Amino acid sequence: MKIVLNGGSRDVAATTLADLLDECGFSGRVATALNENFVPAASRADAALSDGDRIEVVAPMQGG
Amino acid sequence: MKQFYGIDLPNPLMLGTAQYPSPAILEQAFRDSGAGVATVSLRREGAGGGGQAFWQMVQSLGVHILPNTAGCHTVKEAVTTAHMAREVFDTKWIKLELIGHTDSLQPDVFGLVEAARILTDEGFEVFPYTTEDMIVADRLLDAGCRVLMPWGAPIGSGRGLNNAYALRAMRAAFPDVPLVIDAGIGLPSHAAHAMELGFDAVLLNSAVARAGDPVAMARAMMRAVEAGQLACAADPIEARDMAEASTPVIGKAFLS
Repeated sequence: MKIVLNGGSRDVAATTLADLLDECGFSGRVATALNENFVPAASRADAALSDGDRIEVVAPMQGG
Repeated sequence: MKQFYGIDLPNPLMLGTAQYPSPAILEQAFRDSGAGVATVSLRREGAGGGGQAFWQMVQSLGVHILPNTAGCHTVKEAVTTAHMAREVFDTKWIKLELIGHTDSLQPDVFGLVEAARILTDEGFEVFPYTTEDMIVADRLLDAGCRVLMPWGAPIGSGRGLNNAYALRAMRAAFPDVPLVIDAGIGLPSHAAHAMELGFDAVLLNSAVARAGDPVAMARAMMRAVEAGQLACAADPIEARDMAEASTPVIGKAFLS
């Protein structure tokens, strides 16, 4: 299906948020949002993806 | 020094982690200055995992981590970012920024109060980036904030304390609330001024990170906040309009 990951469109085989992180090579400390709603790490395996979903994956960065 | 949500800080300097010429200089600025709090952020992660190396370095500093919601313009955006930050950084602390004006980066104080109430109800310990407005401060405290962070001047402007009168009034109105000057500091003298007014800490980033020698400037800022803190505790004299001789007149030889 086609999703939008961190602002970029891509085709993925994953059907859950957890699988998406694996498929796209994310590891370490990240937080996720699905269609602008926070999805805790413990809920990623239950978060089913649909065509057109918008996913944000964020990590620690420099900030002021 | 007052506690910040039950935490004793080693000193009154909080440093941001953005805009340094290199990670090594960032690390050295923290180590040389001894700043006890580091502000950090969340940004989109690439598949290469660039955020993980940064996180390891910040953790190695052994400082308190204060995640921010920088760049958020709506209550929902700020609250969602806070949720993500709590999970990633494993802390209840959040520097709540809710920007209302593009040019001045002045906080949207109405949304700020709303977001602060939501987050404190959810157990967050909120450090709100606010203006020097006393009524907004009241509302933030009503919303559950136990720390206030009024701006000195617009973020990154380096102008110092634009409204020292209002900041002094805020200090007097909330004697028991930890108050931090956040934003606008450009020089060590600005930081010292904030501490001389009785503020409990200073949070700054650009003044150090964008200095020609960030490590030296970080050291200078630490000395400035410590000097200002000492001066405040030493009960400074009142300013006068006219001179007052410091050398005693009694005993002066009559020579004319």
